[in-house]
Amino acid sequence: MKRFTSTGTPRIGLIDFPGSNCDKDCADAFWRHFGIRLQPVWHTERSLPKLDAVLLPGGFSYGDYLRSGALAAHSPIMTEVKSFVAKGGPALGICNGFQILTESHLLPGALLRNNSRKFICKPVDLMAGSGESVYGRSLAGRRLKMPIAHGEGRYYVDDDGLRRLKDHGQVAFRYVDQAGVPSLEANPNGTRDNIAGIVSENGRVLGLMPHPERATDLLIGGSADGLAILESFLSSFM
Amino acid sequence: MASVDSPGSSEFEVVVRLKPEVLDPEARAIQETLTRIGYAGVKAVQVSKRYILTVDDRSGQGATLVDSVAREFLANPVSETFQVRKL
Repeated sequence: MKRFTSTGTPRIGLIDFPGSNCDKDCADAFWRHFGIRLQPVWHTERSLPKLDAVLLPGGFSYGDYLRSGALAAHSPIMTEVKSFVAKGGPALGICNGFQILTESHLLPGALLRNNSRKFICKPVDLMAGSGESVYGRSLAGRRLKMPIAHGEGRYYVDDDGLRRLKDHGQVAFRYVDQAGVPSLEANPNGTRDNIAGIVSENGRVLGLMPHPERATDLLIGGSADGLAILESFLSSFM
Repeated sequence: MASVDSPGSSEFEVVVRLKPEVLDPEARAIQETLTRIGYAGVKAVQVSKRYILTVDDRSGQGATLVDSVAREFLANPVSETFQVRKL
């Protein structure tokens, strides 16, 4: 596996698509809390700069045409992102970034329209899953509060796929109720098994619908729990 | 841009729909509304997307090309199925 530089400030590429709209929130969170300047990379680029990790932010890339994330998955830069991930490079996809990761086959499953037919924007409670990924090791069993904001966040995978995710410890986050139970009431969008986020089989790629970057200051949104996820992401290559 | 009238071109229809086991909230909303406004006889609704592709078919490989486009791009095999038909 390729070794990533761990000296100095980490170099994180912020992959920007037309319609990305959470890129500045991500950049702000990483700068103010970790002193890291994210490096914007435009979707038409055909090479990545030297990077330690990539971040795919939320938004509505390409207007969500065809399917959410489908056109972005075929943009020139994603060829490079796939190659980066294939070498063991860490990636984090938030909301539309998660949709792009599934459409790129870097994560299994698909994100479909919410069963309520509504765009849902509200804080949710998450329970971190266990597993061998950096997220499982550092966050297992932790309750985290942060917002979701999506119309197409219903995670779908068939029965065999769901079994594989569970067997390999790939379920990173589930929606839970006040008691910490992944109940039907806590499921905001009809997602399978209350899944909010998953990791790749090698644990290096995380995709999740909730927005950790929007839960980094108590003054905005009333929770800073998102920092724990961003810290885990950083610890995967620092 | 190729037109269907240009020599050697053919039109193909690709219909993409969700797999039967996957809930389609849009279809459900339509059916519920139909029932509410008096069309209780409608027992099921499926919503699909229909694409019309005009392709160079001079080599007779048009259907193969369209099948590949549908499989790789227009449909997501995780949640959707597709059908190709020459028009």
